[in-house]
Amino acid sequence: MTPQQQTWSLFAGIGAILVVASLIGWVLKLTVAKHAPHPTIDNLNARIKAWWVMVGVIGFAFLFGRPGVTLLFLFISFAALREFMTLTYTRSADYLALTAGFFFVLPVQYALVYTGWYGLYSIFIPVYAFLLLPILEVAAGDTRRFLERTAKMQWGLMISVFCLSHVPALLTLDIPGYEGRNLLLIAFLVVVVQSSDVLQYVWGKLFGKTKLAPEVSPSKTVEGLVGGVASATAIGAALWWITPFSPWQAALMALAINVMGFFGGLVLSAIKRDRGVKDWGHMIEGHGGMLDRLDSVVFAAPVFFHLTRYFWT
Amino acid sequence: MLVGRGLCVLAKALTGARILWQGCAPAAGPRVYYANHGSHGDFALIWACLPPDLRARTRPVAGADYWRQGRLRTYVAERVIRAVLIDRNPKARTEDPIRQMEVVVDAGDSLIVFPEGTRNTTDEALLPFKSGIYHLARARPDLEFVPVWIENARRVMPKGRLLPVPLLCTLTVGAPITLQPGEDKAAFVDRTRAALLALMPAAE
Repeated sequence: MTPQQQTWSLFAGIGAILVVASLIGWVLKLTVAKHAPHPTIDNLNARIKAWWVMVGVIGFAFLFGRPGVTLLFLFISFAALREFMTLTYTRSADYLALTAGFFFVLPVQYALVYTGWYGLYSIFIPVYAFLLLPILEVAAGDTRRFLERTAKMQWGLMISVFCLSHVPALLTLDIPGYEGRNLLLIAFLVVVVQSSDVLQYVWGKLFGKTKLAPEVSPSKTVEGLVGGVASATAIGAALWWITPFSPWQAALMALAINVMGFFGGLVLSAIKRDRGVKDWGHMIEGHGGMLDRLDSVVFAAPVFFHLTRYFWT
Repeated sequence: MLVGRGLCVLAKALTGARILWQGCAPAAGPRVYYANHGSHGDFALIWACLPPDLRARTRPVAGADYWRQGRLRTYVAERVIRAVLIDRNPKARTEDPIRQMEVVVDAGDSLIVFPEGTRNTTDEALLPFKSGIYHLARARPDLEFVPVWIENARRVMPKGRLLPVPLLCTLTVGAPITLQPGEDKAAFVDRTRAALLALMPAAE
């Protein structure tokens, strides 16, 4: 198959799954809820609807290749950083650092990713932005909760910009024998990580008994984790044909993605709990905010990127 | 109007603003929306969050001394947001602000007012209210006063800054308040202020 045919068959497959999901949601609404309001089923249907939109947006960005996908993730990072900083304690003295984060660090990071300057984009935020931000803050002269304020802003940029920018960075990898197909690497990452989220939810709802981390995320169960990760890893292995990996390599990669994704969800839940909120925002109906949907991508993307880069380029 | 529409789109894109109609549903005027004031963005946010048909018939009340300075401000105030410009200096003014507001309300339009009288730059959540809303309520006893708490706008656009920081803003609308028979100035001002404060999300 040509890369185009692979992309089309992948999206056709996702579309078919969404059609089935929508049908199930519709039948549930008809039979169980009998058209009356029903929190769980309504939330399920809102989520499925949002999935259609998300798949549509990603598919649209794919049409424009590297510029399209880079631009899409720039906007995603913007939304994520906005959610993060909204929940973060800042003072008026942070104005310069905040504007620099949004209007300088974020676009520069994506410009570097777009041009493929690996030597700089891999250290731009952890070295230069991390040093620049406290300089801008100390210039304002307000020392109240200073360490906390700088550290939180650094973490916000790390999670929302640095980690997420590793998704479009996959397009810059030169993998021998895989030329012109790097978009499919992104599709692999996103499909595996998101199916892991969905399947952990489904397995947890069906068989979940043993709470995994009641303090952090009461809905997560051991059964959900094991079942979800195992089945999403199987999906990853079954998708080996769109990757440069062999089936067992694809399975291991998917496993790494799923494990990181799981911890990403857990860590971001802990931050939400610390701030006393249930969702990061309200951007995606039924899902919460951008970071609620992407918590697992955030942790999985850089690790997937570096594993691929180390072993395949 | 195109510039006004653009302003609303910009305000929403930047702050992801959403409005929660907690105490009442959006309804045609005349009504007085009163809100906490921390930033120039406040006008734009309330305006952007109102349904378009209500937006066209809702006018902010603003200080003439500020908004008549320079061509751009005058243009925005008069043409874009159709502000009711009042003179904040009681000694020098020729027009009675309450009278100006009555005219707008009698025409069936709604008002947006900031009873603190100025942008709040202190650490207090809400400054003491000026008595203007009481006098307006006395003049038009059936008029509904609707509290709107604006969360975060001050972080988005601090006083004296031009470039806004993109942070999420939420507007919470409370239940309408009308002047009760025999209610005096202090009681009405306290009651409206308390109703607005009650909409503030729990602090850290």
